Amino acid sequence: MPERLTPSRLSARNILHTAVVGVNTRRNRSIMSAIGIAIGIAAIVGVLGLSNSSRSNLINQIDALGTNLIQVQPQTGIGVGTAQLPATAAGTIARIPNVQAVSQEVATGVNVYRSRYVPSDFTAGLSVTAVDPNILTTLHGAVSQGHFLNAANITYPVAVLGATAAHALGIVSLDGAPTVSIGGQNFTVVGILDPFPLSPALDSSAMVGIPAAVSILGVSNSPTTIDVRANPDDIAAVLGALAATANPENPDQIAATSPTAQLQAKAAATSTLTELLLGLGAVALLVGGVGIANIMVITVLERRSEIGLRRALGATRRHIMVQFITESLILAAIGGIAGVLLGVIATVVFAELQNWGVIIPAIAVWGGLLAALVIGGIAGLYPALRAARLSPTEALRST
Amino acid sequence: MDDAVPAPAIGDATDAFVARLEDVVKDYPGPPRVRALDHASLQIRTGELAAIVGPSGSGKTTLLQIMGTLDRPTSGRVAIAGYDLDVLSDRELSALRAQQIGFVFQQFFLLERETAVENVANGLIYRGINTRERRELAATALERVGLGHRLQHRAFQLSGGERQRVAVARAVVGRPAIVLADEPTGNLDTRRADEIIELLEQLNRDGVTIVVITHSLEVAERLPRLIRIRDGQIVDDSGITATMPRVAGPS
Repeated sequence: MPERLTPSRLSARNILHTAVVGVNTRRNRSIMSAIGIAIGIAAIVGVLGLSNSSRSNLINQIDALGTNLIQVQPQTGIGVGTAQLPATAAGTIARIPNVQAVSQEVATGVNVYRSRYVPSDFTAGLSVTAVDPNILTTLHGAVSQGHFLNAANITYPVAVLGATAAHALGIVSLDGAPTVSIGGQNFTVVGILDPFPLSPALDSSAMVGIPAAVSILGVSNSPTTIDVRANPDDIAAVLGALAATANPENPDQIAATSPTAQLQAKAAATSTLTELLLGLGAVALLVGGVGIANIMVITVLERRSEIGLRRALGATRRHIMVQFITESLILAAIGGIAGVLLGVIATVVFAELQNWGVIIPAIAVWGGLLAALVIGGIAGLYPALRAARLSPTEALRST
Repeated sequence: MDDAVPAPAIGDATDAFVARLEDVVKDYPGPPRVRALDHASLQIRTGELAAIVGPSGSGKTTLLQIMGTLDRPTSGRVAIAGYDLDVLSDRELSALRAQQIGFVFQQFFLLERETAVENVANGLIYRGINTRERRELAATALERVGLGHRLQHRAFQLSGGERQRVAVARAVVGRPAIVLADEPTGNLDTRRADEIIELLEQLNRDGVTIVVITHSLEVAERLPRLIRIRDGQIVDDSGITATMPRVAGPS
């Protein structure tokens, strides 16, 4: 017997080469079949990216706000009438254990103007709110220019402008001690604030001291909102005690809410739309997989002579199978990469438009590519087996 | 059926025959069942240039497929390059084709988008030879068939005659023990056909063993040995001489 035959070999590089040639010879059809996969992956990456970006935006808001803010307001609604918070509420709330800070806001119902000559209709949507001096720390606000209200000036006609209000009134600097007109009185502007993280109402307000509001503007000193900072671990206990403490006579006229808790619930919830889109993405992926399986079956039929030639050149059944599976994987990988890119671009564009931070979870990218490859492998398996099973003589029979 | 005379040891290392078919029968299961080869025996010696000629349906393609190890006989024994097909697995047959057999087909079977060099280098792709070496050998083979100036042309850019030359180069690039050409001139005009036959003759003079299968007596008669096949039987063989041992048939 002559020497033993060395088995046929096909190096990894040549496997890739034969498969790339195969994909390349019918380029248009390859692109078409990869598009199906691309759409599915793009949908999944985009949906995951967008829902994560929007969630991170909510979490940023929560962080800015602090997780321990509670707002107390009079209950409004049918049967409650026009409830008011007792003027003593802030003092009693401050005595609840684990309450760290309490600040009052009083809506004055008057408007602020650049000067007394401005017609009263031209409010520019700006209001006047009387506040406690410590509200800046309670709501995590910051002074941009000048200084805030303090114990020394809360009885005098001085005002601090929210960022939006300052802009609307055209006051960009405190040089020359600008004044604004509130209730027919000139108030000196002593400070301009940065935007509050989550109190847009105060951004478009002129803030004055509560004693000044009572004495100069003649408003009631009953607070319309009390902002409470509680020990983060005892929020539930504080919430439970608030209503009875703030208004012992009519606890049902008190509404105590934690805006951060609502945001957290919102962040945790997966919207039905997200699920629907993910489902659609999965369906598109499946259809893409069927598309690849389809083109591979056709390919095997069309390329019988190539299969026959390769067997004649010494390819084993396994070489043929590996070649066609690799072709299918290449198609799927092209689709997967295109899909991930599309999904990332869609996420970035949309998140930028919404002013969200862009968060694309790594699992969406790797998971997307992996899903594409798994689908490509499964889709290619049957056609590749068919190609491998084809006998060389049958494959070479003239087409 | 007992063998009165022991059959020559088929697959012997000292075998002077590059291809040896002994009492080969090939049936295609029907219906209707077809006997494509009917007790055919044939030996090809190293360095021969032989033509197998017969009308269509005579079994010549089946004969080529069995000599090329693309198919196994229903009965009878076949040895190629000293290897007995009976004892070889499917994978080993692939290896045998990769290393010992070159094919030329009527339809050329080139990969259209690949260059001439790549097509020829494909003849070595299943032998684990690295790409650079394959390309060098391919370029040499193309020079040998007179296509040194067409190395980087893609298959679809070549004329029919040139395409068949590329296919011939692909068949010889691995220095196989035998080249099997199935109607190599079938898709060519007379002039190109002449050129291909001349090329085969020239390669044969350089020592390549070639078997040409054709239905054209005109082509076959130009070659040194002519084997006629009809209804699956070898009916005439100009190469059989008294000095060659006859295969023992059934007694």
